Amino acid sequence: MPSPLFYIFAAIMLIGGTMVVFMRNPVSSALSMVLSFLGLAALFVGLDAYLIGILQILVYAGAIMVLFIFIIMLLDLKAEENTSFRPAALAAGIVIPLMLVFQLTGVINNQDSLRDIPALELEQAATNFDKNTMIHKRLKDGRLPDTHLLGKKLYTDYNFPLQMVAVLLLVATIGCVSLSRKNSK
Amino acid sequence: MDPFLVLVISTAVKIFIFTFVLILPIIAYSTYAERRVSSIIQDRVGPNRVGIPLTLFGFKKDIPLSGLLQPLADGLKNLLKEDLVPDHVRKFFFTIAPALTAVPAFLTLCVIPFGSQITVFGESIKLVIADIDAGPLFVFAIASLSVYGITFAGWASNNKYSFLGGVRSCAQMISYEIALGLSVIPVLMVFGQLNLSDIVQHQADNGWLLLPLWGEGLTTERILLLIPLFISFVVFTTSIFAETNRMPFDLPECETELVGGYHTEYSSMKFALFFLGEYAAMIVGSALIVTLFFGGWSVGFGLDAAISEMTFGGLIHLGAFLAKVIGFVIFFIWVRWTVPRFRYDQLMKLGWVVFFELALVNIFLTAGIMMLVN
Repeated sequence: MPSPLFYIFAAIMLIGGTMVVFMRNPVSSALSMVLSFLGLAALFVGLDAYLIGILQILVYAGAIMVLFIFIIMLLDLKAEENTSFRPAALAAGIVIPLMLVFQLTGVINNQDSLRDIPALELEQAATNFDKNTMIHKRLKDGRLPDTHLLGKKLYTDYNFPLQMVAVLLLVATIGCVSLSRKNSK
Repeated sequence: MDPFLVLVISTAVKIFIFTFVLILPIIAYSTYAERRVSSIIQDRVGPNRVGIPLTLFGFKKDIPLSGLLQPLADGLKNLLKEDLVPDHVRKFFFTIAPALTAVPAFLTLCVIPFGSQITVFGESIKLVIADIDAGPLFVFAIASLSVYGITFAGWASNNKYSFLGGVRSCAQMISYEIALGLSVIPVLMVFGQLNLSDIVQHQADNGWLLLPLWGEGLTTERILLLIPLFISFVVFTTSIFAETNRMPFDLPECETELVGGYHTEYSSMKFALFFLGEYAAMIVGSALIVTLFFGGWSVGFGLDAAISEMTFGGLIHLGAFLAKVIGFVIFFIWVRWTVPRFRYDQLMKLGWVVFFELALVNIFLTAGIMMLVN
């Protein structure tokens, strides 16, 4: 990704993130969050991770935030616009991100040794995969098959955790339905 | 030439030609087609007068083009009309809502392959704006953003009818997105990839998905697979109707219940932008159906390899693609004036109880057939 594009999208993301906090109207906050997600998705695409970027938009911006906005609009939260920042919340909001930044700088400073490993050429990487697979063909053409690679990793190496997450989500859905049905009986 | 420069220039030219030279006129003329086809179906005359108004410049007679200039007159009317913003609306959201509906519809155009490739100045150029490896997902992701425009329009108008329209549209789009996403999985299982250009190339070589008659198409597997793929096609097409808020699923703007639905308070170009977005979404939907199920730009019958060899063979493919898309747009219009509107609970039931399960079972059916034959 050319660096001007990186700075533009990073700026969009950061501006969106700040606006989530500083906007008084909850709907404006939610829309700023969508903006921030779009910037983040663009950064993923810039790293050749098309699938992750697209899923970011599809799941977070296109589904979860729509439901958020839906609920906010239906409740019509007017009282929220007049509340001021509470000192405790403000302090927590400053301290926790600072700790995160501190930890990040620590990790980034320790990563110097990783830079010495030469980047693997795509054609070279193709030799690691079976000749008849789509992954091999794509890598031979010099294209990164990120969707195929992710799918292969998830469904072979991490198949069991994936199934467990699926079952957990199913349990959560059934739990939600049974909890909300209780009152209507 | 510098390859980066070639990439930038060719992409800019492609964006300009595909959106402004090809798709915008198709959108304009599909509004005209809508009115003419509906008039044919309802045994009326329809707009058949607007031509070149030479009488305005002192000539004796106008040139009537059987109403072909009607879209231009409509566009001019919308541009020149007073842009009315009522006092009771939330101004910021009211203003950005039309843009938020129109922009995603146009953005999705960039992954649709319009043709194979043409050779210009010794450079072979693919007739697709962004050849990414996640085409259908990209379309779904961006199309899912267009719900914001309609929801904000309904909410910001501060009007009960508009709000109901916005809420209906939001619920409807979220529900049908699930059926849409699930119905396309069998198709992707057959192709084994997500790159739309390669999917079309595969169909040109091995027969269209719903018409496997040439190449290596006529195997038992492909013929057995026609059953789940046809179910996919029906679910996908119907979900596109619901996603684009077209009849018989146009509950968000149902005028007998909601005045005008989410765009009740809008006038002039803002109002026109909603329609632009709706028709653009319809055209992208048709393009996606054509690309996934009917061979995209492929002419078919084993002729594609010969056409691709020609210098400007890509243009023949472009013509084939546009012809198919226009055919589907006419189909969308025909359905609108033939099928009566659903009731809202019927719409939701159809999405969640029929299509969701059907699409889910269909995935297992496809997997079963593929496993048994191999």
